[in-house]
Amino acid sequence: MALDAGTRGEAASADLAVTGLAMSFGGARPVFSGLDFAVARGEALALVGANGAGKSTLLRCCLGLVAPDAGAVRLLGEDILALGAARRRALRRHTGLVAQRHNLVPRLSVLSNVIHGLLGQAGGPRFWSHAAAPEEARTRAMAALDRVGIADLALRRADRLSGGQSQRAAIARALVSEPRLLIADEPCASLDPAAGEEIMALFFRLVRETGVTVIFTSHQIDHALTYGDRVLGLKAGGFAIDARAEALAPADFRMLYD
Amino acid sequence: MTDAALSPARLARPSALSFLGYAAGAMILVWALEGAGFSLDKALASGPRLADFLSRAWPPATERLPSLSWKMVETLQIAVAGAALGVVLSVPFALLAARGVLVGPAVNAAVRAVLGFIRAVPDLAWALVFVVAVGLGPFAGMLAIMMDTLGFCARFFADDMENVDKGPAEALEATGAKKLDIAATAIIPAAMPAFVSTSLFGLEKAVRSSTILGLVGAGGIGIELKVGFDLFDYQTAMTVILMIAVVVIAVEQVGAVVRRRIIGVEQ
Ligand SMILES: Nc1ncnc2c1ncn2[C@@H]1O[C@H](COP(=O)(O)OP(=O)(O)OP(=O)(O)O)[C@@H](O)[C@H]1O
Ligand SMILES: [Mg+2]
Repeated sequence: MALDAGTRGEAASADLAVTGLAMSFGGARPVFSGLDFAVARGEALALVGANGAGKSTLLRCCLGLVAPDAGAVRLLGEDILALGAARRRALRRHTGLVAQRHNLVPRLSVLSNVIHGLLGQAGGPRFWSHAAAPEEARTRAMAALDRVGIADLALRRADRLSGGQSQRAAIARALVSEPRLLIADEPCASLDPAAGEEIMALFFRLVRETGVTVIFTSHQIDHALTYGDRVLGLKAGGFAIDARAEALAPADFRMLYD
Repeated sequence: MTDAALSPARLARPSALSFLGYAAGAMILVWALEGAGFSLDKALASGPRLADFLSRAWPPATERLPSLSWKMVETLQIAVAGAALGVVLSVPFALLAARGVLVGPAVNAAVRAVLGFIRAVPDLAWALVFVVAVGLGPFAGMLAIMMDTLGFCARFFADDMENVDKGPAEALEATGAKKLDIAATAIIPAAMPAFVSTSLFGLEKAVRSSTILGLVGAGGIGIELKVGFDLFDYQTAMTVILMIAVVVIAVEQVGAVVRRRIIGVEQ
């Protein structure tokens, strides 16, 4: 296994710098502890590990959605855990989240769901439904839907989409606000292999185009190696893998799942 | 023959503690019956009296149907208006009572306590209070129904909001959306079918309550029931009882159909 110490300690220019992060959910055994890593601007970081290894929890900590027991998270140059609610919201205008499923509000139209991606930029009742939304918001949302190839489904109810279409809509919602850093937690977990490949290719084409920093998780080793610049492997509360993707082979991952 | 050792005992021997529990339960029941003035003699003697009442109440006073129907319409107006205002008022209360939606746990607990108090006061007691506050008549009844609906719907709306999938809300939180915007776009729309179902239960409850508000002068057909019994006009009283039963059952049936359709649409 290749350990690359050079990828650590770039905190100064990093979009995300995590130090000494620990989380236990109040239980005796920590989910993880003493985690240090940094993600450079425009980099794609793949996070892998067995079920329950703590990937989703780590991602939530990075956005301050849950508070860790210890450690610091510098997100886009600010210590998000130390910020008050308003400053934290202001910081999150530059971030976004794509999760694996149940991501959209089922009873609303695709277009309304995508417009909701703009709520961090400008809130208020006009943004609650596409019918009332300002023309500019509708235009931006339609452009985002066009980029993911489902502009024709804008007025369809979100619960009437296929798995692949609904992931496209979720990606459009995450991109519509032109974030600087995106978190994608198993973005293709509920999709068949072909659709999953398509979604990953689309997602990374769009984020590479705009230079968005990405942290994503996947249970598919080839996705981690293909789309990640760097791979972190979480096991037993620490990083068992921390290396550049090109330095890794699929066999290196086997120990994560033992 | 089966091995006796493998066959478990059919009855477990009660422990001393559970025996004490049964004994205490029996004593409480006897004590309660005593306090309730239970009398076998009276219960047996009631048969002929009931038969007498029924013979004097039958046939129902059909000639009074038109005027009673107008009173029933007023009853339904009280129920619909009170339930509608109660449902609308329930939304802000529920937003404050639902954990993890708008406000912190201390406010959640305080609002839930207020709602618990509103629920604990019986509808007739609310009616009496509003008769004092706004005078006799249907407006007092409507306010009583509104309070009753608020206590019921706000609590269950809050539970409905706590139970929706939190995925979409988290995705919006990650973009810096405000809590009120998240509630309006990711939580309330997802809870809407549950809201409608809860509201229909609220309306059914309101119709049932509104029929007896008249007993305390708060409007509706209940006053006819009271006058019927006070004047020994049992035929009118019987007519009112039957009308109430028909209307309440009809509203429950309609509610069940609507609820089934809403849930059906969701699948
Ligand atoms: N809200 C929570 N409260 C308590 N424990 C939690 C909570 N969320 C997660 N956990 C626990 O933390 C551990 C890590 O969970 P997490 O969801 O982060 O794992 P994961 O690596 O994302 O798994 P998967 O690959 O299945 O998505 C698990 O043991 C889980 O039970
Ligand atoms: Mg996970």
